Amino acid sequence: MNRWLPFEWTMAVRFLREGRLQTIFIIGGISIGVGVIVFMSAMLAGLQANFIKRVLTSQPQIQLLAPDQIARPLRKDAGEFEDAVVQRPSQRVISIDQWPKITSQMRAMPEVTAVSPTILGSVLVVRGDASRSVTLTGVEPDSYFKIVRVPDYIVAGAPRLTSEDIIIGTELAKDIGATVGDKLNVRAASGVTRVLTISGLVDLGNKSVNQRVAYAALRSAQSLLGMIGGVTTIDMTVTDIYAAEEIAQRIQAANAVEADSWIKTNAQFFTAVQAQQNTNTLIRLFVGLSVAFGIAAVLVVSVIQRSKDIGILRAMGTSRGQVLRVFLVQGGLLGFVGSLFGAAMGVFALVYWHSVARQADGTELFPLMLERSLFIYTALLATVTGILAAMAPAVRAAKLDPVVAIRG
Amino acid sequence: MASSEILKLEKVCKAYNVGLPTETEVLHDIDLELDHGEFLALMGPSGSGKSTLLNIVGLLDRPTSGRLLIKGQDTAVLGDAEITRLRGHTIGFVFQYHLLISAFTARENVMMPMLADRGFPSAEIEARANRLLEQVGLAKFAGNLANNMSGGQQQRVAVARALAMNPDLVLADEPTGNLDSKSADAVFELMRQVNRDSGTSFLLVTHNIELARRCDRIIEVVDGRIRA
Repeated sequence: MNRWLPFEWTMAVRFLREGRLQTIFIIGGISIGVGVIVFMSAMLAGLQANFIKRVLTSQPQIQLLAPDQIARPLRKDAGEFEDAVVQRPSQRVISIDQWPKITSQMRAMPEVTAVSPTILGSVLVVRGDASRSVTLTGVEPDSYFKIVRVPDYIVAGAPRLTSEDIIIGTELAKDIGATVGDKLNVRAASGVTRVLTISGLVDLGNKSVNQRVAYAALRSAQSLLGMIGGVTTIDMTVTDIYAAEEIAQRIQAANAVEADSWIKTNAQFFTAVQAQQNTNTLIRLFVGLSVAFGIAAVLVVSVIQRSKDIGILRAMGTSRGQVLRVFLVQGGLLGFVGSLFGAAMGVFALVYWHSVARQADGTELFPLMLERSLFIYTALLATVTGILAAMAPAVRAAKLDPVVAIRG
Repeated sequence: MASSEILKLEKVCKAYNVGLPTETEVLHDIDLELDHGEFLALMGPSGSGKSTLLNIVGLLDRPTSGRLLIKGQDTAVLGDAEITRLRGHTIGFVFQYHLLISAFTARENVMMPMLADRGFPSAEIEARANRLLEQVGLAKFAGNLANNMSGGQQQRVAVARALAMNPDLVLADEPTGNLDSKSADAVFELMRQVNRDSGTSFLLVTHNIELARRCDRIIEVVDGRIRA
């Protein structure tokens, strides 16, 4: 008898050990349940992290834009308009008013991690006979690369953006037959042309984006797009990606800018992420419930089988509380031990599935995310579930009339 | 002044289904006293109320009316926790069936009441269990699981377990009823020896008139009443 084990634990361990087959089967059931939770949670977390990483490292989490230019209806008299139909004016590309001040304000916000003013505009990229219309993004590399991880997507060359450099998409490079080190004529709609050297090629994971993407230094883009000293957007990242929309709304309310969060601009994706999380929660809930019912069923049977033992224990001076705890400990132990085997099963299944399931290009479908917190959380959840599931049988055991129990 | 009797019953009645048309009174106005160190045999036909009386005396059941005093303490005023404590410290049980807990060895079964009382095993508890097993002549079977012992051996272990908390009173419900005459005699002699050596009182329910005659006193229960 282990000197460190209290009475209740000694009884619980022995009862479980004696009903070996029953214990093995229920631990097997719990392990499968926990294994499913670990596998699903880790795989979905990996997939989600992968998606979010792809989405959020290739676009800002919040983007500030100059507000839309609107036409006001021409008034005639009080409450009367000259014309009921107001045509939406064409939107000129204009700079954000007082963007340096807004940028400073954004940098001062504690929930904002990076801020970068950028300029966006359409240009024509010409090389020999080939020309393509592209979206040129003028950026300050130091701050912008913290928001959009251009260096992570560079497949050739370097993420260098001096005033003479340009980084273009891989598909665009193919279309115009250019590669790193080649010079390109970049022509704006106003006719301004500059010759820039390709310093790197990026692959953002989307063919049409790769056909139209081009990055240049902020000053180069400003002079090309005829907006010296101006920026069209201020890109930002925040500490809590899921709070981006709320932060964007606050910024918009306090400044003369339009603020779009990644949640708003990727509503469909965000809905998919939410749906995935909800599905995962539901699966966990139902698996947890089935595990709980399994434990409860086994312990109810155990209480019936052990009723004479319980009667003897009560006659020997064991209190109702001690009997209650004997069965609660059994529930907790079943949950905990099941969670250990389940975690091992989940990890095994995850590692196997990770090695088998691949994307079309052969890269991994999801990163293998085996966080300690998942195992601690799962073990805790399974143990608490076991204790809760044991509650009803334990109360029944504690309430057993010793006379009836001994009589059997 | 300390009371000389370990157990006193005054006008104890026990009825089941009280207030219902099926109300049945199984014990009627039982008056009984048991002195310290006394070895009392309780006899009576099946269904006479012996086991009910034993359960009430053992604090496993409560009387419908009347008073039960253990060591002078009126048990009617005690709550469930106090009753459990009094039972654990004052009374030892030996049953006819379901003698030991099968998941444990003989030694562990003897340790059980002390373990329930103290919470943790200790060398002292283990040493006492070994001494008790030696006293009942089963020292070499201490490590045997309960299921691997004969009925007589199990009953001797049960006697050792009943003595674990050094109780003032041992209640034995037909402890020899399931044993052959040789084993029955050995178990009875063991209890008698303990009674003589340590002064522990015994209340023995038995159908065996031979054994009953070897007790200090015989009381007969018939139809829920003590026959004078």
